[in-house]
Amino acid sequence: MKADVPKPEPALRIAARRLLALRPPRTLLLSSLTVILLFCAWVVVTETGLANPLFLPNPEAVARAFMEVSTEGYQGSTLIEHLSASLYRILVAFGLACLIGIPLGVLMGTSETARALLSPMIEFYRPLPPLGIYTLLVMWLGIGEESKLALLFLAALPGLIIATIQAVRNIDPIYVRAAKALGASTRTIVLQVYLPAAGPTILAGMRISLGFTYTVLVAAEIVAASAGIGWMIWDAAKFLLSDVVIMGLIVLGLTGVALDMVMRLFGQILMPWTRKQ
Amino acid sequence: MTTSVVTGQVDIKDVSVSYDTRSGRQLAVTTTNLSIRPGEFVCLLGPSGCGKSTLLNCVAGFVTPTTGRILVDGVEVLGPGPDRGMVFQQYSLFPWKTVRENIAFGPRVTGRGGDSPTIVANTFLGMIGLSKFADHYPRELSGGMQQRVGIARALANYPSVLLMDEPFGALDSQTRHMMQASLLQIWREFGITVIFVTHDVDEAVFLADRIIVMGASPGRVVANIPVDLPRPRGDDCVTSASFTSIRNACLRHIKAESRRAFELNAG
Repeated sequence: MKADVPKPEPALRIAARRLLALRPPRTLLLSSLTVILLFCAWVVVTETGLANPLFLPNPEAVARAFMEVSTEGYQGSTLIEHLSASLYRILVAFGLACLIGIPLGVLMGTSETARALLSPMIEFYRPLPPLGIYTLLVMWLGIGEESKLALLFLAALPGLIIATIQAVRNIDPIYVRAAKALGASTRTIVLQVYLPAAGPTILAGMRISLGFTYTVLVAAEIVAASAGIGWMIWDAAKFLLSDVVIMGLIVLGLTGVALDMVMRLFGQILMPWTRKQ
Repeated sequence: MTTSVVTGQVDIKDVSVSYDTRSGRQLAVTTTNLSIRPGEFVCLLGPSGCGKSTLLNCVAGFVTPTTGRILVDGVEVLGPGPDRGMVFQQYSLFPWKTVRENIAFGPRVTGRGGDSPTIVANTFLGMIGLSKFADHYPRELSGGMQQRVGIARALANYPSVLLMDEPFGALDSQTRHMMQASLLQIWREFGITVIFVTHDVDEAVFLADRIIVMGASPGRVVANIPVDLPRPRGDDCVTSASFTSIRNACLRHIKAESRRAFELNAG
């Protein structure tokens, strides 16, 4: 009576397969078309002399800057060193923000009291411009690494908390009732019902939050840094080295996309039930 | 399955439930007394709003009675607990756990069932005929399969009472009939007390040892109808004369109640 049921594929292999085929071919084709057209426009504008090469260098110059900074470095650090300095800041700050923001969000999502007590703080500082906060952080923590990490941390935190609160509050109460009827303790319900049920929404919040943290990176690296992609861009701009600036922005953009893809992969491995059939 | 038939006595004593609403205090269930024997299959039958689900939720421990109390094997119900398995109307399987882990959840958190939770889960998977789907996620299963897993998950704690809140309401009629038959089989094997909420008269007559017909505004018991049809009940049961007469008795009460509710609302 029962047909043969195919064995479920291991999560990692499915995730890898899906990463390779992230989009159906048609959209991939159209997206590539946009990229190619933009690139052609860049070539045309620079080759015909429409754009001043001082402000918009041609692709060749940017590629040359890429090679130069990769091998010889910019102001004493190679591209990889700049990139890892930035990624280190981002990941440490974002990781800390997750460690604190997600549990705090769960707490605020489940407890009215916690929400009332903590939300004024978050609601107030969330709309403040990062640079404004940064001045205070520099006064408090100095111009070293601490104030940079603190700024990135503060940038990552509210998005994570708010997404987690939403995620927890939107959990279908039937899961909690089912768990209670099966004898689960509060601890079990938090760990085995709230967290996985809220997981997909929390992950979406993490992706948005990481994107926002990324946008604050340049601001965080303006002051007293000696390495970092953001700092490199800022420093090169002072000398009108637009090829380095554009190269830096492209590297920043591509690593941003890569980080987002890693997060999605991470989500599919951690939450295999959410993957599409 | 140790000492199966001696546990599962449910006593509902002077229980009433009222809610505070904007238009004042609403009586959901008037004072109700009901005793259910160990191993008995009781259906709470009635239209929506008659308080049958509320009463079931009182036994489950999700709703605290405004007055009175509920005893399960002499122990007062103070909240939900693993001695009372619950099967919900909607599919309430955890989407993030595989079928096997859904069933193993109860034994894992309570330590009930004796064997290791995985062994308990595998036993129940075999019983409901879904061993091949052990590593699948709930959404990969049909509605009927999901509800079978829901029953297995509730039973994996070896509760003394199984509470079912219109569990087959969302299924198509073909699947529903198959589920009713397999539920009776499971019930016979376990000798467990079942309280089953439904608004489907045929379902109630086919399943129950006793039907408690309930009426609305306010919710209360209007009739207590024993169903003395022979077991095991097969397809021929529903065409028998005694089935029809019990069915008609239930319908008479329900019709009288609907008319009363209609006049109450019209007047």
